[in-house]
Amino acid sequence: MAAKRFNRGVALVGAGMSSFGAFPGKTTRDLFVEAFREMHASVDKGFDPKDIDECYFGNYSSSQFEGQGFTAPFIANAVGMNPRPAIRTENACASSGTAVRLGVTAIASGIADMVLVGGYEKETDQPTEKVTEILATASDNLYENVAGFTFPGLYAALATAYMHRYGATGETMMRVALQNHENGALNPKAQFGKRIGDFIKMKQKSAEKKGMPIPQWEDEMAFLRDPRANPVISWPMRLFDCSPVSDGAAALLLVAEDMAHNFTDKPVHIIASALASGVPMHDRDDLTMIETATIAGQTAYEMAGVSPKDIQVCEVHDCFTMTQVIATEDLGFFERGQGWKALEEGRTARNGDRPINTSGGLKSKGHPVGASGVGQVVEVWKQLRGEAGDRQLPGEPTLGMTHNLGGSGQVCAVHIFERR
Amino acid sequence: MSKDLYSAAGFYEYVDEKKLMGTKCKSCGELFLPPRPMCSSCHSEEMEWVEMSGKGKLEAFTVTLYGPTRMVQAGYGPKNPYCVGVVRLDEGPAISAQILGLDLSKPEEIKVGTPMNLTFISRKEGEEEKTYIGFEAA
Repeated sequence: MAAKRFNRGVALVGAGMSSFGAFPGKTTRDLFVEAFREMHASVDKGFDPKDIDECYFGNYSSSQFEGQGFTAPFIANAVGMNPRPAIRTENACASSGTAVRLGVTAIASGIADMVLVGGYEKETDQPTEKVTEILATASDNLYENVAGFTFPGLYAALATAYMHRYGATGETMMRVALQNHENGALNPKAQFGKRIGDFIKMKQKSAEKKGMPIPQWEDEMAFLRDPRANPVISWPMRLFDCSPVSDGAAALLLVAEDMAHNFTDKPVHIIASALASGVPMHDRDDLTMIETATIAGQTAYEMAGVSPKDIQVCEVHDCFTMTQVIATEDLGFFERGQGWKALEEGRTARNGDRPINTSGGLKSKGHPVGASGVGQVVEVWKQLRGEAGDRQLPGEPTLGMTHNLGGSGQVCAVHIFERR
Repeated sequence: MSKDLYSAAGFYEYVDEKKLMGTKCKSCGELFLPPRPMCSSCHSEEMEWVEMSGKGKLEAFTVTLYGPTRMVQAGYGPKNPYCVGVVRLDEGPAISAQILGLDLSKPEEIKVGTPMNLTFISRKEGEEEKTYIGFEAA
């Protein structure tokens, strides 16, 4: 099958996000206003919001998290978009990667010239146990939930299959956490914004305050190996293998490529948009990979006419640490079974030859599920424009990618971005 | 009868009778577990129930300390974790289920590929007696 093409080009001319974290008292509307404001300010030559034709918003489940269903018109209202068409997309954690896809197709089709794409989620009003149950509604309600699978559990099972076949260990996963927290410490929007070493200092200070013996760890890995500091949640996943419960929002401005220079001299062209759907976990032939990601990746490479070695900036969906390793294989950066070795060799670190998740990833930056896909695009936008601050990759990267999973990998959205 | 529908309702009606049933497409012969009313390969709707042997191998697993409310109410928690996994049956298809008969204090010694036999787990939930699919290390 020949690669599909856009009928016309699409460019990203603005991007912004709220901080990711826990924000008591703020609703998704408040968070999205913050994201919209930053996106607005990021458009170099400015724009009139009244010129936006359509809105696509990713949101997994405000209905369960906030008791507010039907969020699109409310969010559109919060940023003065009514009466424009406003559509909420729901694809679990890939909800806003899916919104990007629909925003792109709206412009490529010619039905819209300017599109607002967003994502938002407000999770921290609910107790953790309730959050776990809400997220679990994105797994197979008929056959996975009933067996006792939680989300950490599903991804932990994928991790055991991968570890068994290829020899990765719990240490591999700890090194993902270490790397992503290293990057996230340089991201002012990150929920944690802390290195593992900072967590050690926090634990020590807290013990000192309480007059307890001050705990000591030889190094960060010793801390991560300590079950008291890093308890098992669903073996082999420990606390520091799981992305956090988060609130947050992110926003993008997409325009037809031929208009891009009215908004900025540094547009980021969206040269591929791919989305794949797949079967629940028990129905897969191979549990050491995520097939939707492989398919969406291949489709995107064909659409863009590039190959994995060309990608210089990449945000992958590290909802759990081992998922990041598997993603780097699914996207073709490393051979099957080699991703964990590449990770342990530091090749995916910021100063490695294949940097992954310079933002800190979902692990450190936070994972407000409906906002995460657009949040990834915000990082690629910054990196490709040389605006990523202390975490900026050297060498003026021109080609970036986002990989956004939904559910246990039953959906994957992949986008490729180019700065010309 | 739910069993006429080749659906989840029929599947769980069989589970209550302690039978693990899939559906087979009469047109192309593909076997489905869990069952489905329409063949995802050839789109035929001519299905029939087929009982599974109940023998298989563990393909992926996790030992969960923090489970959903239902598992917490069944007595599981950080001090009494449970194992859940995917078991691939000898006939080909795989299914998610609670895994019994393993030493959960040493999850690093649990091996993917461990032979498994079908069992059924009965649990009282409120007034109801519920039956779940389980597998036990052979």
